[in-house]
Amino acid sequence: MLKFTEEHEWLKIEGDVATVGITEHAAGQLGDLVFVELPEAGSSFAKGDSAATVESVKAASDVYCPLDGEIIEVNQAIVDDPSLVNSDPQGAAWFFKLKLADPSAANALLDEAAYKELVV
Amino acid sequence: MSAFDAGSVSRREMRQTWRPDLEEISHLKHTPLHALHLSLGARMVPFAGYDMPVQYPDGVLKEHLHTRAAAGVFDVSHMGQVVVRPKSGRIEDAALALEKLVPVDVLGLAEGRQRYGLFTNNEGGILDDLMITNRGDHLFLVVNAACKDADFEHLKNGLGDTCDVTMLDDRALVALQGPRAEAVLCELWADVAAMRFMDVAEADLHDVACIISRSGYTGEDGFEISIPVDSAVDVTQRLLEHPDVMPIGLGARDSLRLEAGLCLYGNDIDTGTTPVEAALEWAIQKSRRAGGDRAGGFPGAERILAEFANGAKRRRVGLKPEGRAPVRGGAKVFADAEGNMAVGTVTSGGFGPSVDGPIAMGYVDAAHAGNGTKLFAEVRGKYLPLAVAALPFVKQTYKR
Repeated sequence: MLKFTEEHEWLKIEGDVATVGITEHAAGQLGDLVFVELPEAGSSFAKGDSAATVESVKAASDVYCPLDGEIIEVNQAIVDDPSLVNSDPQGAAWFFKLKLADPSAANALLDEAAYKELVV
Repeated sequence: MSAFDAGSVSRREMRQTWRPDLEEISHLKHTPLHALHLSLGARMVPFAGYDMPVQYPDGVLKEHLHTRAAAGVFDVSHMGQVVVRPKSGRIEDAALALEKLVPVDVLGLAEGRQRYGLFTNNEGGILDDLMITNRGDHLFLVVNAACKDADFEHLKNGLGDTCDVTMLDDRALVALQGPRAEAVLCELWADVAAMRFMDVAEADLHDVACIISRSGYTGEDGFEISIPVDSAVDVTQRLLEHPDVMPIGLGARDSLRLEAGLCLYGNDIDTGTTPVEAALEWAIQKSRRAGGDRAGGFPGAERILAEFANGAKRRRVGLKPEGRAPVRGGAKVFADAEGNMAVGTVTSGGFGPSVDGPIAMGYVDAAHAGNGTKLFAEVRGKYLPLAVAALPFVKQTYKR
């Protein structure tokens, strides 16, 4: 199941684990990224908390935790090469895997059609 | 001088940028090149009351690197172009009148030459920074967009008795910067190769009467070209047609000037900073310092000359973060890794594409201002190590 947030994160949900990244639209708006900071595996976040930071030449931006949960894995590849977020934001450049506290809460997020309408 | 500063924006705030406030946009002024920016696919942002290009489709990183490798064109038409014409007809009278507002040797500025200057206030703070040119029968000033109305009033109040002060609203201003700038401009006007850094000349570019100065705000060799409004798009397009030239937005203008160690008014200098604190002593020539022919005689002279003699309590320095994380303007600087002993603040910071790493500048207490001093900046609750570093971060390539 693929879901989106109004803050331009995507979630690929398999069982009670969501793989989270930022959308192609967000990556395009941010421009070339030069730095990514990811949370530590094992840390827990509430929906809306700042879980990661991305920085372009010009500005730092927060990546929010899209649902309550615990970080179980992070993608070191985008820390080593932040430009991966620009080249493959909805594929290889996922940010973290989140064990959802309440998987059913994902139903309230945007589906792909609703998200696309938001960013037109 | 002025560049773009977005500071730190959260993605929630960015959503507002993506869905701009239409009422706010309708109040923004346009430069004569506004339609050209849109046709080039620029992303526009409000800056100093103008709707300005922050970047073009290639993005800040490529625009920055292209300027250092070849040449870039910048629209700086939002800046104020001011003519100060002596009523007596004698340029010396205009120079001496302006010297009452700036701690700069204006009288000693030769015809066809330009120099950097500062408007100071009675407390020794900086009202604005500007460029001053001797154009033979008048002085030509370029001031920051955000300050230009206040500067104009300040000039009229200060010089109105002896000079006619006019803000030009019929000229665009375009900067051409980078190692290929001379070759590009030579194809339009061959005489440009004879100009030295800070020379100013009149020239016809394709029969358009322009004022060209060999200067800029990127640390690169280059030119600033004042163009009559009616011909601004035509001349700019001819520059852009050259294969070595790319249009450059405010985003790269800011990273270029930061690497070059140059101040952004409103961030790195303002009414709360003095020229000595800001490490701008070089902008105050000997004739205006203690013992000079025309020592003092500018607003705030008492404090500024005392700081020349005794040093200032704090100083603007370069700051080089040790890691990869950028340290942005506003970050607090500490002497220790626990954040107990505050010693300063970052005023500009970001990523330097040519340095290929984070760079910053800011003010630190004089005791911690020596090159190589290890300090710590607070970023998202952590204390990141950085070192006081000599400015500029990249070698300036001015043709002196």
